[in-house]
Amino acid sequence: MRDAPAGGSLNVRLGPWSVRLAPRALLVSLLLLLAGLLVTVAALSTGEFTVPVPDIIGALFGQGTPVAELIVGKLRAPRVVTGLLVGAAFGMGGAIFQSLTRNPLGSPDFIGFTAGASTGGIIAVVAGGSALTIAGGALAGCVVTAVLVYALAYRGGVQGYRLVLVGIGANALLLAVNSYILTRANINDAATAGAWLTGSLSGRGWEHARPVALALLVLLPLCAYISRPMRMIEMGDDAAKAMGVRVEAVRAAAIAAGVLLTGVATAAAGPVIFVAMAAPQLARRLTRSPGVTLASSALMGAVLLTAADLAAQRLLAPTQLPVGVLTAAIGGTYLVLLLRKDRH
Amino acid sequence: MASLETSGSRLTGTGLTLAYDQRVVATGLSVAIPDESFTVIIGPNACGKSTLLRALARMLKPKAGAVHLDGSVITSLPSKEVARRLGLLPQSSIVPDGITVADLVARGRYPHQKLMRQWSKADEAAVDEAMRATDVTELADRIVDELSGGQRQRVWLAMALAQETPILLLDEPTTFLDISHQIEVLDLCAELHEAGRTMVAVLHDLNQACRYATHLIVMKAGRILAEGDPTEIVTPELVREVFDLRCEIIQDPQSGTPLIVPEARRRVPATAAF
Amino acid sequence: MRPAEDTAADTAAAGAGQAVSTTRAGASDERAARARPPVLVAGLVVTIALLALVAMASVALGARSVSFSTVIDAFLAPNGSNDHTVIRELRVPRTLLGLGVGATLGLAGALMQSLTRNPLADPGLLGVNEGAALGVTLALGVFGLSDPTVYIWFAFGGAALASAIVYALASANRSGSSPVRLALAGVAFGMVCTAVASAILRMDSQTFDRMRFWLAGSLAGQTADTLVRLAPFMVAGLVLGLMLARPLNTLALGDDAGKALGVAVNRTRILTGVAVTLLCGAATAAAGPLWFVGLIVPHAVRALVGPDQRWVLPYSALAAPVLLLGADVAGRLIARPGEVQVGIVWAIVGAPIFILLARRKRVAAL
Repeated sequence: MRDAPAGGSLNVRLGPWSVRLAPRALLVSLLLLLAGLLVTVAALSTGEFTVPVPDIIGALFGQGTPVAELIVGKLRAPRVVTGLLVGAAFGMGGAIFQSLTRNPLGSPDFIGFTAGASTGGIIAVVAGGSALTIAGGALAGCVVTAVLVYALAYRGGVQGYRLVLVGIGANALLLAVNSYILTRANINDAATAGAWLTGSLSGRGWEHARPVALALLVLLPLCAYISRPMRMIEMGDDAAKAMGVRVEAVRAAAIAAGVLLTGVATAAAGPVIFVAMAAPQLARRLTRSPGVTLASSALMGAVLLTAADLAAQRLLAPTQLPVGVLTAAIGGTYLVLLLRKDRH
Repeated sequence: MASLETSGSRLTGTGLTLAYDQRVVATGLSVAIPDESFTVIIGPNACGKSTLLRALARMLKPKAGAVHLDGSVITSLPSKEVARRLGLLPQSSIVPDGITVADLVARGRYPHQKLMRQWSKADEAAVDEAMRATDVTELADRIVDELSGGQRQRVWLAMALAQETPILLLDEPTTFLDISHQIEVLDLCAELHEAGRTMVAVLHDLNQACRYATHLIVMKAGRILAEGDPTEIVTPELVREVFDLRCEIIQDPQSGTPLIVPEARRRVPATAAF
Repeated sequence: MRPAEDTAADTAAAGAGQAVSTTRAGASDERAARARPPVLVAGLVVTIALLALVAMASVALGARSVSFSTVIDAFLAPNGSNDHTVIRELRVPRTLLGLGVGATLGLAGALMQSLTRNPLADPGLLGVNEGAALGVTLALGVFGLSDPTVYIWFAFGGAALASAIVYALASANRSGSSPVRLALAGVAFGMVCTAVASAILRMDSQTFDRMRFWLAGSLAGQTADTLVRLAPFMVAGLVLGLMLARPLNTLALGDDAGKALGVAVNRTRILTGVAVTLLCGAATAAAGPLWFVGLIVPHAVRALVGPDQRWVLPYSALAAPVLLLGADVAGRLIARPGEVQVGIVWAIVGAPIFILLARRKRVAAL
């Protein structure tokens, strides 16, 4: 048996089945899980009312004091869980689009999908919709944008670069529509819509977490299934086709999955930008895997978003920053990092 | 009708009309790739040679006509099934960031794998064999980006070999390589052919085509002008018709195949000669 | 144009294809310019006439209906009436601002497209205007500097930094920079700048209220005084930019060919960068970050006058204000008695045109 190459693979075989695993990616995933757990515990425990770590479990399962139960179970836990799920959805959505566009900046934030979700969301805000309507509006906006971008970019197939360019055009258009709505709305609606546009996890309850969880549950198997053919498409359409990949079908499925992930995440937390851009590349750098990997990107997204949300709540306490401000800072830092790191 | 022609050809195209968008490159093109041949397709720029190869490899859907593989219309077969019988080395592929040689070659096993059968013993054996044949075993742990052009082309070829297909199509495998690497790649193709594979390559260099091909297809402006053993079909008239070049044809002193020597406009003065 | 077999390799062969097409463009340069100067000069005159027409419309039309004779009177016999004040204090400065901003952005876009040999270069798309806007936001929102001659330096700083970062981002990859990569890098960096600027504004509701229209791109709300202070920078940028036509023409053949033909490549690049910074910084300080003006106008101009920068640059500088003022007037008329910011009008009209350009195979694959 050949020696496993550096950062290579761990082959597990059982009868006719075999799985190929990258030890480094496994390790990184475990560490990310651990980091997510730490952030979760910190978010549940700290704040204006400190709940000691041992009491958290009790408070979650109805064994703690009523105050602790209210704060941990009703306020902090749904927020953290929403953050984890939304972060994972953004991370995975970003990884899908970066793979499709073969570009570390090819994130849904820049090619119109997040902007489309925003448009749907603020139309619902201005129309005086409930939280549920706003979420529905965001998801609908994202899906409609995606269908239009896909249709406009389609010329006997959707090449990555055309998807990017058409998406950039759609992005500009939708951002303008968003500012138009903001300038035309009455001042209260404009303020609400403006706040929603920054992206925030504050006041998120289980009703926000549930749809994201459901979407992840449904889309994870699909993503696992298409992740291998997607990796082939990264080598070029011809190379992938020659290997028996049905390129356009895989691409359409990947776009659908990426759009739904981005859409439900935006519906739950508003357009928190830059998580989808940064998470897949940060994960890739840690795992040193060629191309983006969906699982570690999802974990990285979850950790990034919850950590950013924790920082947004505690950094300038009692002032609460919207998490979108923090992720924008992460985005800026990340771009500078990208400048340095790719130069080797 | 197709089945009649395919007696000696697993891969055939009949009545092909090939076009990019609205621009028609070829009409009514029919071709049969002889089994276990080393077929080379040649012709001037824009004659449609790569287009034909792409159609044979189902990269391009013909506007009319059909490509048959083993008697079935190629697009009616499951894509992975085709990929286990017919491989293609495309003209340009993208090296994923930071991938190692071993990982890239391993990707050639995709058509043989399933979600729950990602890395069988057969996969491992095929990858080892492909790397040995292309002489990239020592490079296994290197990052593909950091290799030279010739090494990289051998790695791509290794990936196509790992696919273990009886038919292998190569789209200009020698472009961007210097002459020694060109010969190296073509010698490797000849070895693969001798080992029993059917090879089909699009080449630019007529002399290289004559030397390596057992079956030559000469194209011009979307039509096949001549086809057969290079020693039988390559004549000064053909070269003039296809490439608009006056030449003399001699025997290649190394291989005995036809060697095209373009007509000279000036000669070295006698005194300066050796 | 290119042989059929290359179509498959579109994206990969981007660089090569581009070199081919620019060489061809460069070769026809001289001929096109020499063959048709009378037509081109006449075209310039027509453009100037159009510009005058739009400028008049911009003074006469708006949310408030003013009769034409009142407009004339406002100049010849101002009587201090409400109508006359609106025209003299608001519409005239606004029109002049539109002329200045249009000319600067049109020229900046043409310069950027020529320098980067990238048909998709645009000051807004590539994040330069957003960088300048972040600079202005910092100056106004954080440091409280409200003098235009002071905060414009923040705009220049932001624009220069943005150009450098975006260019580095796009080429920080082994396969070099391509139009698509450059556009993505610009959009990403621009969105970071916009997010940071919005965050700054959100912390201070007073500044937010004052600047949110500016941030959407607007010609309204600048006083004649601001205009006077910003004008010298715009003029400097315009003059410098127009002087670069000749070396840029030669550089269109490629850096090496340019060098071989005796162009100081680095100096031309740096001077073009300075001109772009001046133009974008001044335009953004005046009207906020505007998209697509610098993208679409040079495209249309090239289609009409050919690739010679000696014609492309002045035409772009003259045609852009026609369209910018036209959009501004339209924005005032469609939502009476309110108005739609010119930046929004441009994005809504410009984005579909951008998508059309992107769908064209040759542009997208370059």
